[in-house]
Amino acid sequence: MNRKWGVVAEFDSAAAIYGAAKKIIDKGYTRVDAHTPFPVHGMDGLLKQGASHVGWFAACGGLLGIAGAQLMMWWMNAVDYEIWVSGKRPYAWPSTIPITFECMVLLAAFGTLLSMFGINRLPRLHHPIFKHSTFHRATDDRFFLSIDSSDPKFDSQRTPQDLQDAGGHEVELVEDE
Amino acid sequence: MTAIIVQDLPENPLQRAPIVEGNETLASVTDTVARVSEARTPRGWFLLFGISVMLLANLGAAVTYLIWKGVGVWGNNNPVGWGWPIVNFVFWIGIGHAGTLISAILFLFRQKWRTSINRFAEAMTIFAVMAAGVFPAIHVGRIWVIYWVFPLPNQMAMWPNFKSPLLWDVFAVSTYFTVSLLFWYVGLIPDLATYRDRFAQRGKLLAARLYGFFSLGWHGSNRHWLNYEKAYLILAGLSTPLVLSVHSIVSFDFAVSILPGWHTTIFPPYFVAGAIFSGFAMVITLLVPARQWLGLQNLVTLNTLDNMAKIILVTGTMVGYAYGMEFFIAWYSGVEYEKYAFINRATGPYWWSYWIMVSCNVISPQFFWIRKLRRTPWFLFIMSIFVNIGMWFERFVITITSLHRDFMPSSWGYFRPTLIDILTLAGSFGLFFTMFLLFARFLPILAISEVKGTMKVANPHHGHGHGVHHGTPAHEGAHV
Repeated sequence: MNRKWGVVAEFDSAAAIYGAAKKIIDKGYTRVDAHTPFPVHGMDGLLKQGASHVGWFAACGGLLGIAGAQLMMWWMNAVDYEIWVSGKRPYAWPSTIPITFECMVLLAAFGTLLSMFGINRLPRLHHPIFKHSTFHRATDDRFFLSIDSSDPKFDSQRTPQDLQDAGGHEVELVEDE
Repeated sequence: MTAIIVQDLPENPLQRAPIVEGNETLASVTDTVARVSEARTPRGWFLLFGISVMLLANLGAAVTYLIWKGVGVWGNNNPVGWGWPIVNFVFWIGIGHAGTLISAILFLFRQKWRTSINRFAEAMTIFAVMAAGVFPAIHVGRIWVIYWVFPLPNQMAMWPNFKSPLLWDVFAVSTYFTVSLLFWYVGLIPDLATYRDRFAQRGKLLAARLYGFFSLGWHGSNRHWLNYEKAYLILAGLSTPLVLSVHSIVSFDFAVSILPGWHTTIFPPYFVAGAIFSGFAMVITLLVPARQWLGLQNLVTLNTLDNMAKIILVTGTMVGYAYGMEFFIAWYSGVEYEKYAFINRATGPYWWSYWIMVSCNVISPQFFWIRKLRRTPWFLFIMSIFVNIGMWFERFVITITSLHRDFMPSSWGYFRPTLIDILTLAGSFGLFFTMFLLFARFLPILAISEVKGTMKVANPHHGHGHGVHHGTPAHEGAHV
């Protein structure tokens, strides 16, 4: 009980949090995250958050859609129940293109969405950071930096001070349940 | 297309117009949008909602009667086997193209003015596709076996015929609906989190829980934004060919047949241009009053309306070109039936519908060459109504006039709609507006986080000097 989750500080603008994040990273912190009402550009490079892997899941979904659609149409119309119509063989690849395309898009979209949720660990019913007293403004007009307590440089005295020095206010230690 | 959509300030063409006007701040953008859902429900909303629900009840009654009695309650006859239901289907699905065009194609083209209208237009898309989806489902006659269109095991031990364009359409429309819904929902998540936090602050816990449930615990983490933006980009990339494919496949329903008037290769691009044309018109029909009543003038600027009018001008002119080209090809083909089909369209028993279509779709957008008119909301509204009417008649002309003259004069006929036809069409508007009004009342009608991202203050190098880019001319400009 009452394990520390981390330290959270509030900033007034995108420019302020960008400058503060730079200072904090320069001090050697590694488990830092920003919480902003919109994506602040350049922030992922600053916080050394690597590229997103969502694209691979989208590609897998797309390939699965292509393979699944082809297999379905071939098996249903040419193997299980042959249908000879419109002067074409039971399996005629040109007439399979529209449905193959649609299935590719559909499964790639699901791959994208579900992997985005999965990587982001969403949906999530609660998160310790919501205990910060002004954090409700993170979805409005305020910008927050958090430093996780698992950060090797984390220190419950020094870390809040560092955030304060970087220009943060409402610096609070947030507890985990 | 980009070159046409680009919005420059006439005074200085090198400088982009600001997306957000006035003295808006991040907080005031949140306020402006959230106020719409937080304020007491206005009387006008109840009035409009009441009318819409009554129309929706018409749809329910008309469809119930149809299922009870059979498709004979419609004006469909032999030879006109595809009557108003297919006209309405193509009309609504066409309207449903603007949303994804705005949110996907304009996103890939980096047209940032889209941020103020994309939520709106995407919602409209989803409701239009819902209204469209009703028609093919009830048109099959025996709706209780509608699952035969899906590849599901059934009592006949048969599978669907995948060579039929009608089946392609099932896949195209259902994929389009699903992907549009996902795209819309992904865009909504950060804004639902905004609503969650606002309602929780005001002590409205039930609303906060509901918004909280659908915002999935979003807390604006930069790691989340990273994957979120990637997912959004991929969805836009997927939706771009998708939106072009859907109306192409709808046009195959016609073009793959051998009927004069339908069997033409111009159909896919012509249908897609028409879809975008009608969709943008419907966005304007809804946007102009909403912008006025909800006080969104600083966020949905005249520049945005101007840009939309330009797209209407371009696509309307493309549609006009297609009308002309159809006649040219009919003559150039030398096929007697093809020539007859087109001369009959313009001068036969349905001449009036053809000329309503031409005057609404070809003439009315030409006013938008004039900048002053593009920037006059009430004028845009009136023109958008004309375009909506014209585009309904386009589908009427294509479907009905091509069918009513069969190859043998002994099988010629004339289509007259019945009361049930009219009630069903009116009812589909009820469905559309009911959904739209619910959306406008309870969900963020503007993409709050995206609009904020386009503002000057969103730039981390804005204001007090941080980083090396400070003071470069590219970041100066219209101040927010």
